[in-house]
Amino acid sequence: MFILFGMPIAQIMLFGFAITNEINNVNIAILDKSQDSETHKVIDKISASNYFKINKAITNENQIESVFKKGKVKAVLVFEKDFIKNMQTQKQAKIQVITDATDPNVANTITNYVNAILLNYTQEINKNNTSSHQIQTQTQLYYNPELKSVFTFVPGVMTIILMLVSAMMTSISITREKELGTMEVLLVSPIKPFQVIIGKVFPYIFLSIINAAIILLLGFFVFKMPVEGNLFLLAFETVLFITTALSLGILISTVSNSQQTAMMLSLMGLMLPVIILSGFIFPISSMPLPLQIMSNIIPAKWFIIIIKAILLKGATLNVIWKETLILVGMTVFFIAISIKKYKIRLE
Amino acid sequence: MLKNKIVSLARNDKMNKEKIIEVQNLTKQFGSFTAVNSISFDVYKGEIFGFLGANGAGKTTAMKMLIGISKPTSGEALVAGFDVKTNTEMVKRSIGYMSQKFSMYDDLTIKENITFFGGIYGLSKARIKEKTAQLVAELGLEDAIDKLVGSLPLGWKQKLSFSVALLHEPKIVFLDEPTGGVDPITRRQFWEMIYAEANKGTTIFVTTHYMDEAEYCDRVSIMVEGVIEALDTPKNLKAKYNVASMNDVFLKLARNVE
Amino acid sequence: MSIQVHNISKSYNKISAIDSISFEVKEGELFGLIGPDGAGKTTIFRILTTLLLANEGSATVAGFDVVLDYKAIRNSVGYMPGKFSLYQDLTVEENLNFFATIFGTTIEENYNLIKDIYIQIEPFKTRRAGALSGGMKQKLALCCALIHKPTVLFLDEPTTGVDPVSRKEFWIMLKRLQEKGITILVSTPYMDEAALCDRIALIQKGSILKIDKPATIIKDYKKIIYDIKAKNTHQLIQDLKNYPSQYSVFAFGEYIHYIDENDNFNPMDLQNYLEQQQHTEIEIRVSNPTIEDVFMDL
Repeated sequence: MFILFGMPIAQIMLFGFAITNEINNVNIAILDKSQDSETHKVIDKISASNYFKINKAITNENQIESVFKKGKVKAVLVFEKDFIKNMQTQKQAKIQVITDATDPNVANTITNYVNAILLNYTQEINKNNTSSHQIQTQTQLYYNPELKSVFTFVPGVMTIILMLVSAMMTSISITREKELGTMEVLLVSPIKPFQVIIGKVFPYIFLSIINAAIILLLGFFVFKMPVEGNLFLLAFETVLFITTALSLGILISTVSNSQQTAMMLSLMGLMLPVIILSGFIFPISSMPLPLQIMSNIIPAKWFIIIIKAILLKGATLNVIWKETLILVGMTVFFIAISIKKYKIRLE
Repeated sequence: MLKNKIVSLARNDKMNKEKIIEVQNLTKQFGSFTAVNSISFDVYKGEIFGFLGANGAGKTTAMKMLIGISKPTSGEALVAGFDVKTNTEMVKRSIGYMSQKFSMYDDLTIKENITFFGGIYGLSKARIKEKTAQLVAELGLEDAIDKLVGSLPLGWKQKLSFSVALLHEPKIVFLDEPTGGVDPITRRQFWEMIYAEANKGTTIFVTTHYMDEAEYCDRVSIMVEGVIEALDTPKNLKAKYNVASMNDVFLKLARNVE
Repeated sequence: MSIQVHNISKSYNKISAIDSISFEVKEGELFGLIGPDGAGKTTIFRILTTLLLANEGSATVAGFDVVLDYKAIRNSVGYMPGKFSLYQDLTVEENLNFFATIFGTTIEENYNLIKDIYIQIEPFKTRRAGALSGGMKQKLALCCALIHKPTVLFLDEPTTGVDPVSRKEFWIMLKRLQEKGITILVSTPYMDEAALCDRIALIQKGSILKIDKPATIIKDYKKIIYDIKAKNTHQLIQDLKNYPSQYSVFAFGEYIHYIDENDNFNPMDLQNYLEQQQHTEIEIRVSNPTIEDVFMDL
């Protein structure tokens, strides 16, 4: 009953709140080379809006790269030197809007919103003045200069597919034994629950790796995806994520009594939340707070960050260690709960 | 009592008159493997025909062809006058079928099951009502009529299944191991129901692994490796193989096949 | 005592499956649980193999308590559940290897135990288990249950749905296993197989009706059963049922088993009655009771 009615309702609610092409609370960083009263006024205005949250103030351009790689901000605004002087003498000053274009839609939106705020600002100044002032923006796109959406698409799709297929494959594995009757015979034997669980996960790791490899190869050769980062790191993180997804599937399997339930849970129960809350299509920062918190428990969210960082930004382990650790933790957690929930009797 | 006697005497005469199943060189192949190898036999109206054989002998395959759910590779078969190759729909409508595996819906009550199957067989509402009353009276189920079938003991389910297979009064009913696992008393009650039905002129085509039940049949056929190795009355078969029971006849004839 | 069961009861959703069951199986005994579907045989098996917990009562298998020492039991018994439960996609050989491995042994180590049985399926060792016939599946399942040399063997309806030839072969194999000292608890709905056990427990609707050696059970049965035959079987049954002093009338293959209420019953009276009813080829003689007869009268 819950699956038939509850899940669709929950998912529609999810969809409704999560889907938005607007941006809210996007983290940005400021590099203010002038540090004068004018720049401060502009910065105040920007931070007063709900669209942006000024997360960090950096002091020189070398920091831009690292702050993007860490994924902490989606844009950096660079105020030129002598901003106020230029405004007064030349009636215009420049701001560089540097966006992380791995997510081209967000990058575009950020640029547009920044421009809108700045326009509004200048309109206000010009109201009280006779001459018109201007703030010129120069946009720069990092990592994806051509704004190729496929660059955000391929990692995202790969994550979703790996997640769903891996979870689905293993979700029916234990319930199938229950349904066929072989579970009875397995129980009356020395074999321990963790051996059964590990035994079930293992073969699917290899199958999923093949899946992942195919997607990546297609990404390279057909869509010309860059691979800035280390291949070994990529392989390691992919296998890690696969294991996470498989162990989630196993967990579903141990708590389901029929293959049908397991399939429904893994397919319908996982699919939409994963697609929506992983940040793959819709920016997480734009979602209401409860959903943002929920998105933290979706393994896919963390893997998308990892894989985008490696593929597009060339990140190394010391940048993504936090996300990696989270995935490891989730895997261990799922497996531990599976072992605990594994029924050692028939009832 | 006298009427029963006359009817049963009449049944003995009626046999050997009208053929209700005619099989000629019926064959079924799966790839290179021949499951049923050109079998031929007839079943007469009102007969209780036992269709025996070891596991893997081809019994189930043959039966599936006769009830119209499997297409023969070659050969002919007429069931209730309809060709199993070209007229499967009419075959299905003219027969009743009951197997151990499928009987009724456990989450419906007895009454609901009868209504459901009555509807499937195309009975009118009035007829269903009539039949339900009849069935309930015959089986003594008045108190249980609104109970879920799943809560009934196996023996009752089987008897009910049998009756439901006969709702549309088919000319012939196919019983696939109907008494497996049922307790001995209910088993015999079941066979008394079979006898009563055969008396009315319904032909019974039954398979079983209980060799004592083979004795109740008018004629018995034994399949071995896709071929009918024996076909006669139990009495004649025992005489031919010089043994005392159908169990011994079977042991002599049937070998396990792979 | 290899298996001890003491007042075990079990209900599912308030419906009682078995009620206060007690029995014992000696070491090396071939003990049969005889009863139809729904009698509670599978429930008893599942409790003894530690797959279910009883609501009441206690039980031990090979000295281990089924609740407290369940792991020890799971490590040492062989179990063949009612449905065929081996891996259909694995071959005969792969299934056997799998079960040997999870019990920490190899096929070679205990081969002599399964040799007689395995020889019959060895020609098909590369065939997928799902493609075997019913009789062959049972043999394979038996081999897999034996491969780790269990002290106790639990066989839940191993011959159900299997043809008489395979059934007979299976029981020959069981007898040979018994000679090797394995305790065997087997359940079956087939009454004729009961006679092949050392001792049997007759079960119906969750209660044990009788426990003893088959021969003793038959010997203790005091009523006289008559085999009766006539040309028109169906009519014979009707007429016998209408006979005033009849106690029970049941078809038993060729013959009808007839029991009369009166101790001083004279078969000639019955013969006359039948002749009056126009029966021909009448045969009446005293029969030897079978377990089935006893069961039906309990």
